[in-house]
This record gives sequence, structure tokens and C-alpha cells, in this order.
Amino acid sequence: MSWNGNGNKDPWGKNEGPPDIDEAIKQFKEKINGWLGISSGGGGFSSKNVFFLIFLVLIVWFLLGIYQVQQAERSVILRLGEYQETKGPGLRWNPPIIDSRTIVDVVRVRPHRHDALMLTKDENIVDVTVSVQYQITNPENYVLEIRDADNSLAQATESALRHVVGSTIMDDALTTGRELIAQMVKERLQVYLDKYVTGLQVVIVNIEDSSPPDQVQEAFDDVIKAREDEVRVRNEAETYANGLVPEARGQAQKMLQEAQAYKEQVIAEAEGDAARFNLLLEEYKKAPAVTRNRLYLDAVQQVMSSSTKVMVDVEGGNNILYLPLDKIAQAARAEEEIVLPPPSTNPNSNTSIRELTNQVIEEIRRRNRQQDGRR
Amino acid sequence: MSKLKVFLSIFLLLSFIALTQSLYVVSETQRAVLLRFGEIVRFDVPPGLHFKLPIINTVRKFDARILTLDAAPQRYLTSEKKALIVDSFVKWRIKEVSKYFTTTGGDEERLKRLLAQRVDTGLRNEFGVRTVKEVVSGERDELMTQLSSQLDRIAQDELGVEVIDLRVKKIDLPAQVSDSVYNRMRTERERLARELRAQGNEVAAVIRARADKSKTVILADAYREAEETKGDGDATATSTYASAYSKDPEFYDFTRSLKAYQATFENKSDILLIDPDSDFFKYLDKSEPK
Repeated sequence: MSWNGNGNKDPWGKNEGPPDIDEAIKQFKEKINGWLGISSGGGGFSSKNVFFLIFLVLIVWFLLGIYQVQQAERSVILRLGEYQETKGPGLRWNPPIIDSRTIVDVVRVRPHRHDALMLTKDENIVDVTVSVQYQITNPENYVLEIRDADNSLAQATESALRHVVGSTIMDDALTTGRELIAQMVKERLQVYLDKYVTGLQVVIVNIEDSSPPDQVQEAFDDVIKAREDEVRVRNEAETYANGLVPEARGQAQKMLQEAQAYKEQVIAEAEGDAARFNLLLEEYKKAPAVTRNRLYLDAVQQVMSSSTKVMVDVEGGNNILYLPLDKIAQAARAEEEIVLPPPSTNPNSNTSIRELTNQVIEEIRRRNRQQDGRR
Repeated sequence: MSKLKVFLSIFLLLSFIALTQSLYVVSETQRAVLLRFGEIVRFDVPPGLHFKLPIINTVRKFDARILTLDAAPQRYLTSEKKALIVDSFVKWRIKEVSKYFTTTGGDEERLKRLLAQRVDTGLRNEFGVRTVKEVVSGERDELMTQLSSQLDRIAQDELGVEVIDLRVKKIDLPAQVSDSVYNRMRTERERLARELRAQGNEVAAVIRARADKSKTVILADAYREAEETKGDGDATATSTYASAYSKDPEFYDFTRSLKAYQATFENKSDILLIDPDSDFFKYLDKSEPK
């Protein structure tokens, strides 16, 4: 009842409009005394003041009952302990003391987060982080039926999550099964919440993270690396194959073209030789002896003139004849060596460039293969 | 006048005190019992404003909402003698106020202790006949439903409270068992990684071998075709030569020999020892033929 004493001060001062503070205090003291039945001032004032006081108390009581309910809120009213009604947004009045009210936000989505290590169906351990978003849809239940509904949600979440993860094998829990786990946790959680009459509604359940425990993280990472390695090795092999086969086809084409060229060449040569022979034969038949002699002499002349000759004009050669054949041959060779073209080590020539390129390519390929082997 | 006023004031004050002592409010969230000198005269007082006799009657109010018992984690053995650390919670609410009041004296903590003992017994018995796998995944629902209905019966009979739900939150392995689980997980992963790498190498080897094979086959095919082409050319050339040269084999012999001589002796290092008796030198010694 202490508020009566405080509440009296302001309205009293305002209504009376005291000329100064001292007088106001004095008057105030008198009124208090009058209210307590100890009359010190004029007796006529006392009963009037008591009514005024009661009236004022009523006004304050009335004013204290006014409150505002926001758009997102609901007000649960208990009248003398009994549930009365739930009021929507707007300016509301409920008699104080008689009614008690609890204002609850029914729109705001509340978050809850839970992170723990848990067992899976195949007795592995995973680290799962789940976030739940929920809101109050039934303010009466939230207020009246359960003590600490939010804590109940936390416990129900943990139980539901562990149950669902415990029914899932580890690979699913870590990868593809997350969506499904979230869905199942949501359903299960809602069943629990309804059973506990919490008045809460789960909006969304999200598996934020599911990972292997730190102790085995490295091994799991290595599996990911191994997957990458698998693809990499395959790609390298594809690269090798893609390089090798077209080259072989090119080489095959080269062989075929060369064969074709050879064929054309020998045929053409044969035809040329045959044509020449035929023409020659025709003329030879007209004058066989002369032509035969001419041809013979021409040919032998060329042979004689282009080779080193030693005439041995000795009938019945019994005499010892000294011929320094090696010296003659040496002299002839020395003469030729000067005329010989330089050896084809010229790096600018086409063939050597191709050879060099091939050598380089072959070397690169060999090194790549060695590296693969080491990995 | 003044005496009357004082008397009136005292009377009013006393009656006010009497009124507050004889009125009581039971909230929607509560259950209450009315006692007369400690004896229950009215149980299950509904929510609202009620009267009682001051001093003679006393009122005990209890929280009638759904409450939570969150017991400390306990260690249980499963049927295969593996230890598990189990954390559970119970949702309960007062059902029979008089029984609740009689057995616990209205002390919530005492009720929690009694309930916790019964939960512990129930869980220990049920875990003892099940394997880890059954507890963790498969039969969890049935186990919990069975246990909580069992607990509900006992609690209603003995304590006057209903058990709405019994749930297991956490089922954990003890630390040393966890380590062996981690080791197993690690070796499993290592096996998988090895397998993946080996598979990659396998595929790569096949691809390389196939490429090598293709290369060899392509080159061999090309060789065959090339040789066929060459043979074809040789054959055509041979037949061309044959048809031409067969017109006069002796003349061919002659001209071909001459050509061969020319081709053979075209080098200065070729040394000829010549007998001047040959046909070529028939005029070298004399102008008349021999």
C-alpha cells in the first residue's frame, strides 16, 4: 500500500495550487493526519478530505490499469487468479490488483542454438550444430501450462537431435542427409513441444554444421584430398592418352604418305626407264652395230675418266711390277675429301630442329612420368 | 466524537486485517489444498478468489504447470557390458494434490529426488538388457515410451504426479571408449583414402595402357598399309620394266651393264688395273683393228 503515500503528493499539490512549498507541506501533513483520524485542524475539512482521498486513490488505481499492447503482442489476463481472456493489440484497461496480466510477443522469432558431439547409428561420433527458430503461437499455454517453456525447448531440441542423428549413419549425417535430419528434427521437436503444452511453434530447424570431431578431422580431410588425387591422376592419364594417340595417327599418316610417294616414284621411274629404253631400242634397231659401239664407248669413256687407272701393258707379265696401290688410293681420297660437303650438324637445318624438338618433348614426358610414380 | 473516531479507525483496521487473512487467490498456474490445523479439509481448490478462516485454516499452493526434472548424467552398463553416460530429463506435473502433499510435504526438491531415483532405476534396468546400438538408434522410441508410461504409473500411484515424458538427451561414451572410437574412425578413413587413390591409379593405368595400345596398333596398321602400297608400286614398276625390256633382252642386258659400270666406277678412289687388250683399247696401239 506504499504507493498511496507516493501517489498523493503530486495531484494534491496541483489541485490546491499552493502559494509556496512550506505551506504545501503543512497542508499535506494536515491532510495525512485527517486521513488517519487524528484531527488537528478544522473538523469540517476532515470528512471532505477523506472522500477526496478515496476518490484520488480510485483515480490512481484506474490510471494504473491502462496499458498498451503492441501489434506483435498479446496480453494474457488472469482475474483473481482465474484465466479471463487474451487481449490483442491496442490501448487496454484491466483493473489493477484484481487482474494480473502477462504480455507475450507472438510474432518475434526466437533463436536457439545447440552444438554437441553425438553418436551416430554406426557408433561413430559427429559434431553437429543445429539452430532452431521458434515463436509463441499460443500465449495462454506458454504462460499457464508450463514453467520455463524456452528451457523446455532447449531440452526437447537436444533430445530430438540426438535421437535423429542416432538413427542416421555417419556419412549421411555429414553430407547428404543434413536436410533430412533437419526435417525429422523439426517434426519430432514439434511433437515434443505439443506434448509439453508449451504453446511454441517451430518455424525452422537448420543443421548449421555437421563435421567429424577435431580428433579425426585430419583423416577426413585426407579422404577429400584422396578424392582430388583420384581425379588428378585420371586427368593426367587422359592428358597422356590425348597427346599420344593423335601423334601416333600423325606418324601413321606420314608412313602411308611416304609409302604412297615411294609407289608413285618407283612406278614413274619404271615408266620413265621403260620409255627411254623403248625409244632407244627403236633407234638401235635402225643401226644396231653403230649404236652399240657408240653406247659402249660413251659409257666406258665416262668410267675411265672418272676413275683412277693403271695401265698394265705387259704381255705375259712375268716381271715383278711394283704398284703402290695404297698411295694412289690415298692421294685420290685426299683429293675427294676437300670436295666433300660439311657434315650435316648444322643446327639450322630443318631435320635437326625437328629432332631436337622431339628430344625435348620426350624428356618432359619422361620426367612427368617419374613425378607420377613418386606421388 | 474523537473517541468514536479512534474506535472506528481501529475497528476498520482490524476488519481489514481479518479480510486479508481470510481471502486468498489461487492462480491458474497453481493447485492448492486447504488445511485445518494441518489436516486436509479441501483438496483441489480451483483457481480464483476463496475464503478461509484466519488462523484455523492454512492454504498450501503448488505450481501446477508442467515442470522439468533434469537429473545429473548417470553411468549405465549395456547388455554387452559397455558403459554409457546418459543424461535424461523428465516432464511432470501435479495430478493429485492431496497425495502429492502427503508424500512430499509439498516440497518440490524432495519430489525431484524421489522421481530421480525411480528414473535411475528404470533406465538402469532397461539399458542392462539392450545393446548400445539398440539404445542409440533403433529402439529409442519404444524404450522411452515404455519407460515413461511405467514411470507414470508409479508416480501417479505413489507421488500423485503424472509423468508426461521421459527423454534421454545425451548418450555418450566414456572418454577412453571415445578414444578407441576415434581411432576406429581414423583407420576407416585411411582405408577409404587409400582405396580412392588406388582406384585413381587403376583408372590412370588403364587409360595409359589403352593409349599405348592404340598407338602401337595405329603404327602397325600404318606399316602394313605402307608396305602394301610399296609392294603395289614395286609390282607395277616390275611389270612395266618387264614388258619394256622383254622386247630385246640382249640389248637391255647391254645398256643396263653399261649403266651399272658407270654407276660403279664414278669415284677417283676406284682403281682400275686395265689390260690394254680389251675392246676399248683396240685402237690404242694401232689404227687397224686386230
